[in-house]
Amino acid sequence: MSAPEPAGVSPGRAGWLLAQRDLRLGLRRPGEWLQPLVFFFVVTTLFPLATDPELSRLRDMAPGALWVAALLSSLLALELLFREDGQDGTLEQLAVSGLPLPWLLLAKTCVHWLLTGLPLVLAGPLVATALGAPYASIPGVFAALLVGSSALSLIGAVGAALTLGLRRGGVLLALLVLPLAVPVLIFGARATSLAIAQEPMAAPMYLLGAIAVLSATLAPLAAAAAVRISLE
Amino acid sequence: MKLLVGDNLQLWRGELHVLRGISLAVGAGSCLQVTGINGAGKSSLLRVLAGLLPLEQGSVSWRGTDTRRDPYAFHSELAWLGHGTALKGDLSARENLHYSAGLRRELTPAHIDGALARVGFAHAEQRLARQMSAGQQRRVALARVLLLDCALWLLDEPTSNLDRSGQAMFGQLLDAHLQNDGLAVVATHQPLPVSAQRLQTLELT
Repeated sequence: MSAPEPAGVSPGRAGWLLAQRDLRLGLRRPGEWLQPLVFFFVVTTLFPLATDPELSRLRDMAPGALWVAALLSSLLALELLFREDGQDGTLEQLAVSGLPLPWLLLAKTCVHWLLTGLPLVLAGPLVATALGAPYASIPGVFAALLVGSSALSLIGAVGAALTLGLRRGGVLLALLVLPLAVPVLIFGARATSLAIAQEPMAAPMYLLGAIAVLSATLAPLAAAAAVRISLE
Repeated sequence: MKLLVGDNLQLWRGELHVLRGISLAVGAGSCLQVTGINGAGKSSLLRVLAGLLPLEQGSVSWRGTDTRRDPYAFHSELAWLGHGTALKGDLSARENLHYSAGLRRELTPAHIDGALARVGFAHAEQRLARQMSAGQQRRVALARVLLLDCALWLLDEPTSNLDRSGQAMFGQLLDAHLQNDGLAVVATHQPLPVSAQRLQTLELT
């Protein structure tokens, strides 16, 4: 070869490059990741229309509406995570790249969260205020969604990897992910309602944080194993 | 010295016994061409060799070590090209290579230009992959194989969708790789323009 031999790449840089690629791809087709955000807005605006629009009632209902919408919207987004990479052979290339697959999948999941989870985190306080939450509760609502949505993306990655080989994996994906996501829903909604009531929300936040840390450590390993099985 | 050795490979897919005790050995500078009718298990054999499909029985070893014992060492010397080209439709050829081969090798634009020129794709590297024809996508995928700069190539139907000049180009690339003491296992029906001493064939039935 005319050019000098290219040197190897560290796993850290490989993960960074993969994240860059996904981010660039995501920004070139905004429709894909805006869809879950629009869904989130639509569901949360439908709640006041369907119930008693009295502000005190709405405020009681806000945490539930917010978190159910966030959970469903993150489920909707999960299909985007590995589907295309599975179909076009990219995951195959990653699996035989000699790089640690859990690490690469973690990088992909982080970008997925940036594109589909972070918009929800930013939109959440807005929606909560619209549903009658006081302005002082905004930091609390924001924090709960920040931790909770990252846990949802990580847990969802395992489900997305498991249903990779199925043509119509959507329903199965929901069935697989929902039981694991329910604790996030419970503690997230609890933390949010405490934030809206202006009470200390440390207890559910600790549990939410524990779930997020646990899924950050275990989910990439499980997702990598699931991807390898799906590629068989 | 045989670097890649497959010993008594057995594989079932459901009820179907796909690989029935296949044995093979490929040394440095030689190429194994896998032929056989559709459904004979060519792709399965290549996926088994790459470690994408688990074996029921038998073993694949690379440089004397079972590939299941040290898959990372094996995969770091493996360039794989399957049915999917692993190209992203919304990225150009150059970007695709930067983000795929670049995960494994530190690449400069000169490396990518060189590889694209060798596969005969120097003019259109700014075009998005989804605007390319299937044959052009194959060429870019072959450029990735070149950029990975690996000792072992496992290629599944590398010349599908390639025109006549593309097939000649692939023959030259393969020949240069073998001259450099590389190894290749290629599943294809096309005759490979490689000298007879370097070429082994394995027909699956």
